[in-house]
Amino acid sequence: MPSITLKNISKYVCQDVNLEVLDKELLVLLGPNGAGKTTLVNIIAGLTDYGGSVFLDGVPVDKLPAHKRGVGYLFQDLALFPHLDVAANMAYGLMSQQQPRDRVEARVNELLQMMKIKHLSSRYPKDLSGGEKQRVALARALALSPKVLLLDEPLSSLDVQTAKYLRTELRQVQRKLGITTVYVTHDLQEAEEMADRIAVLQNGHLEQVSKPEEVFFYPKNEKVSDFIGAPNILDCDYCRSLGKGVMEVGCGGLPIIVPHDGNSVQRIALFPHDIYISETKPPGPEVNRFKGTVISITHADATVRIRLKVGSTSLLAEMPHHMFGDMNLAVGKEVFLILKLRRIRVYENKDL
Amino acid sequence: MSRLRRLRPGWGVLPVAIFLAVWEIVARLNMVPGQFFFPPFSAVVLEFYYLTANGVLGENFLSSLTRVLIGFCAGSIAGIVMGIVMGWRDGINKALNPIISLLYPIPALGWLPLLMLWIGINEMLPITIIFICSFFPVLYNTVTGIRNVDQDYIHAARTLGASDSRILATVVMPLALPNIFTGLRLEAGMAWRVIIAAEMVAIPTGIGALLMKAESLIRIDIIIVCLVVLAVMCLAFEKFFEYLEDKMTAKWR
Repeated sequence: MPSITLKNISKYVCQDVNLEVLDKELLVLLGPNGAGKTTLVNIIAGLTDYGGSVFLDGVPVDKLPAHKRGVGYLFQDLALFPHLDVAANMAYGLMSQQQPRDRVEARVNELLQMMKIKHLSSRYPKDLSGGEKQRVALARALALSPKVLLLDEPLSSLDVQTAKYLRTELRQVQRKLGITTVYVTHDLQEAEEMADRIAVLQNGHLEQVSKPEEVFFYPKNEKVSDFIGAPNILDCDYCRSLGKGVMEVGCGGLPIIVPHDGNSVQRIALFPHDIYISETKPPGPEVNRFKGTVISITHADATVRIRLKVGSTSLLAEMPHHMFGDMNLAVGKEVFLILKLRRIRVYENKDL
Repeated sequence: MSRLRRLRPGWGVLPVAIFLAVWEIVARLNMVPGQFFFPPFSAVVLEFYYLTANGVLGENFLSSLTRVLIGFCAGSIAGIVMGIVMGWRDGINKALNPIISLLYPIPALGWLPLLMLWIGINEMLPITIIFICSFFPVLYNTVTGIRNVDQDYIHAARTLGASDSRILATVVMPLALPNIFTGLRLEAGMAWRVIIAAEMVAIPTGIGALLMKAESLIRIDIIIVCLVVLAVMCLAFEKFFEYLEDKMTAKWR
């Protein structure tokens, strides 16, 4: 039975959203700002009113106010109570349930240990670093052992290194506790790293709900593809191992070398900005280098997108405005291109 | 912490000492025409002693103090209670806010003529004035404090299983304290300024009344004694609340 079910949810931008989150699964809600991600998690938590129904473990909870839903929520700005120290913050939910003092203390201690923040227990939030606050907030959200955990871009205010580290830790804790989790982010890489499944939300519509790889290699429509960076996706006709962790794959009549070892490759993907274009033949070995013809040129905000006909297929390349200005590109012109080897991503054949 | 340090006298005494010394010298050397109109500091201290010894100052001071304490406490408590209700319940706030906004700008002393006719000249008059003088600003600051509490804290408490009343008591009110204290601190001093003015105009006892009597007897030394007492009380009340606020919020702010 799915742990969370949304049926015909409507609120603000979100219209008629249906979604199922499986038991113990980490589902990432991915989408640009204003897509309705926070609205959806607020609805699950019961923090706003809405149309439609929410089921937790198959039980409708629409009539239940937030404080009775038993959902853990990690807010974007964490919302640690500034007037309470770390231990009191963590104990807040337990005290709300009027649990006996010794039980509260025991649980707080257990969490302090689990999150490795014992030394912080009597500090106030203002004296904590970003990463420490994060841990405390997570511990507070977990204190009541909720069945469902909601995380609203919890790492967006941290530096890249700390965020990466905490992501791993968060994932470990989530697995260990087997807690059904909805994780909101606008960052594709973060989503791919964390997710069991990704739900792509745009303008209040769920465009696609599937495994991270599938979102990337099999985007359901243009909107999803655009959001993840409009990668060039090519089907492979053949593939041949060259040893040493590289493989030659045939895509659209082009022999492409990819860094891959293992099962045969079904699809490859390459972001437009990972295709290098040059007017003259670049020096170096003839690996992943092709000749192509410019089909169209479009100017976007910061970049210029160039569609090229290469072999029997077409590729989209992208470059900054200033680089485009230094070159003399026009529709119909023949150019040389390099597909950056290390940037090519592969999708393995699953059914072997 | 910086606030606690400011409470200690330390070097702050020095300018005051210099000021008093200059005052004494200027008055003694008759640099201002007529010592009569400008008594030296020592004469004021002496007068302070006489007034204290014969009980005149103490008596008037006590009646002012009582009025301030009763009026201020009642006004503040009423302001805080009503402020919490208005801040927490949007409907009540919407209903009462227009009325409050209309009454708030009226200076406390502006009520005096009306209250003299309604209440008459008795102890209730100054107490009511002080009540009004404290009630509105404290109410206003409390409402602002409560309404300014970040929704996220309330949401967080709610997802942690706290009921509305628990959220109000354990999250909203503690977080509104700094604002509430701002109101209390300002009004504690203001209450003294207003009581003096009220006593000067309408009430025959208290420091303000003593001031007026001294004026009619041309006793400048007594006037200065009264003003000093007033200054000290304003300061003491404000500092008291500053200290209290510090005690209650410095740890986490």
